[in-house]
Amino acid sequence: MYEPILSVDNLHVSFHSQNRVVKAVRGVSFALQKGETLAIVGESGSGKSVTAKSLMRMLPAQTAKITEGAIRYDNQDVLSFSPRELQKLRGKEISMVFQDPMTSLNPTMKIGRQIMEGLAKHEKLTKSEAKQKAIQMLEMVGIPQAAERIDAYPHQFSGGMRQRVVIAIALACRPKVLIADEPTTALDVTIQAQILDLMRGLQKQTGTSIILITHDLGVVANMAQRVAVMYTGEIVEIGPVHEIFTRPQHPYTKGLLQSMPRLDADRSEPLVPIPGSPPDVTRLMGGCSFAPRCPYVMRVCHHFSPQSTSLGPEHQVSCWLQDRRAEEMRRSFCS
Amino acid sequence: MLKRVGYMLVTLFIIATATFFLMKTLPGTPFTNADRLNEQQLENMKAKYGLDQPVAIQYVRYLANLVQGDLGMSFKFMGRSVNEVIFERIGPSALIGFQALIVGTFVGLGLGVVSALRHNSIWDYTSVTLAVLGMSIPSFVFAALLQYYLGLKWGLLPPALWKGYEYTILPTLALSVTVIATVARFIRTEMLDVISQDYVMTARAKGLSETGVIVKHVLRNALIPVVTMLGPLAVNIMTGTLVIEKIFSVPGLGEQFTLSIVVNDYSVIMGITLFYSLLFILMVFVVDILYGLLDPRISVRGAKAK
Ligand SMILES: Nc1ncnc2c1ncn2[C@@H]1O[C@H](COP(=O)(O)OP(=O)(O)O)[C@@H](O)[C@H]1O
Ligand code: SF4
Ligand SMILES: [Mg+2]
Repeated sequence: MYEPILSVDNLHVSFHSQNRVVKAVRGVSFALQKGETLAIVGESGSGKSVTAKSLMRMLPAQTAKITEGAIRYDNQDVLSFSPRELQKLRGKEISMVFQDPMTSLNPTMKIGRQIMEGLAKHEKLTKSEAKQKAIQMLEMVGIPQAAERIDAYPHQFSGGMRQRVVIAIALACRPKVLIADEPTTALDVTIQAQILDLMRGLQKQTGTSIILITHDLGVVANMAQRVAVMYTGEIVEIGPVHEIFTRPQHPYTKGLLQSMPRLDADRSEPLVPIPGSPPDVTRLMGGCSFAPRCPYVMRVCHHFSPQSTSLGPEHQVSCWLQDRRAEEMRRSFCS
Repeated sequence: MLKRVGYMLVTLFIIATATFFLMKTLPGTPFTNADRLNEQQLENMKAKYGLDQPVAIQYVRYLANLVQGDLGMSFKFMGRSVNEVIFERIGPSALIGFQALIVGTFVGLGLGVVSALRHNSIWDYTSVTLAVLGMSIPSFVFAALLQYYLGLKWGLLPPALWKGYEYTILPTLALSVTVIATVARFIRTEMLDVISQDYVMTARAKGLSETGVIVKHVLRNALIPVVTMLGPLAVNIMTGTLVIEKIFSVPGLGEQFTLSIVVNDYSVIMGITLFYSLLFILMVFVVDILYGLLDPRISVRGAKAK
């Protein structure tokens, strides 16, 4: 196994608001290898964005608390970073692309300056060098007439073009990790494909590791080598994409795959949405959080949380069906 | 652009007409001791000011003069034109009005920014409470308090009259209270709104320092809409001066206006009303242009056409 560039161990994040505590992330662990793309999938509200923001310590300081766990970047303890160390981490080592390109650029600042800001901070370039670099970045993300467009404002760009600009900002200082939080969700289908192509191409050039958050399994199949499936703040299954797609082990992963339209599938095979909706994370009780929706639910599921079980060197799942202690039941349910 | 100037003129015309006819419906005459004048004297006086003519004729004359920038003659001050009266009185009003606007905007800005940055802290609650008080209590109450405490009781500043720069301070403070409160509340709301925007997170994710994020991304975007407050604030200050100048005996336009109302000096009342309206309309116009210059998303046609 390679050396991971970024690793998360048993991360717990909760939000505190007037006498209410939301446990948004509950014991997430994963490691990101150099040069790989790890996808994180899951329904909305499952804690994907909160996990992503934790990695750069971008959670709102007043309400969010990382209550437990460790985050290591390049063998440094990110949770113990000072504000100054965090500033050096953000944009330079780890960058982030957000979901909505219509709102993630400053509307009153020229896009060139928005790219140059990070360069000025991290690379100590002179003004003209930074400008050259900004033009170069815009060209790299496929914006024509980059030399003139650096003086444009965001509103003069289409959504797809803006997302290219956001990617240019994120990659300007050649970060080693790029976190893309649903980077194409807000875009048209054709533009989505273009942006994903761009990201893949850039990754080939730069060797950046990518954490790609999405709820679109099609995107996962196209982009990632490994995928982590999140449900109510936990990773319920993680493994190589081909393995998860062909042999999903967690009932939730199976449900996700069945609810997704597939090009290669027999058209007569109906799409089966997962019945029910995710539980309110403020009133989670003991046991498996998927139990109320799980077709394979057993009595033990209601009372005890399933532990993570390894199904191979890279494949882990948290479900009683896979637990060695429940071997008997497994045989009776998944024959 | 031309269209906009057209609208301004139409607005001004409507205001002129409305003031004219409203004045005609008011009871009373501008002549002191009217009942002691005999028929003949009264006729002479009316003829002198054209008041013997039918209202329609008076109206046309009034408009014709207006187009030439002539606001007519004062009834009260013999032989003096309204233009002269306004010109003489505008200085003190402009001074305290302008000072109040500057002081109010900057103090309000400071309070609003602190309030937003220390959201939900004791600072925030204090300044929000002060802002609500400042906006709901009329400025003459503050004027009276300032005059009594700073002026009379502690003798720190002259309580009234107009004999030097220190005389401008109390009226300025009294006028600026509402401005401070309005600006502080506005800035606070704007900043809280901007801070939660995605692009602020983008800025933070670049690794900018917190100060850099606030100054370059939050403040700039929060300040632009404040420009739109200038119009309403100017009106606030203009109406404020009417009472404040009376309280502090400032020989300004506002004091003249109240005086003219007491003595039914129609032409001066109309003149000052029109003058205030003109100022306001110009203000709105300037604000529009300024906004267009500050916010790249808005292009003022003609001023910033591409
Ligand atoms: N700023 C916040 N304050 C309070 N709760 C939050 C905040 N951000 C996220 N949450 C909660 O955390 C949970 C996970 O949210 P999120 O990570 O955004 O989900 P997603 O998987 O859709 O990205 C949700 O239940 C959400 O309500
Ligand atoms: S632990 Fe039980 S309830 Fe949870 S997913 Fe597995 S079988 Fe279903
Ligand atoms: Mg999200």
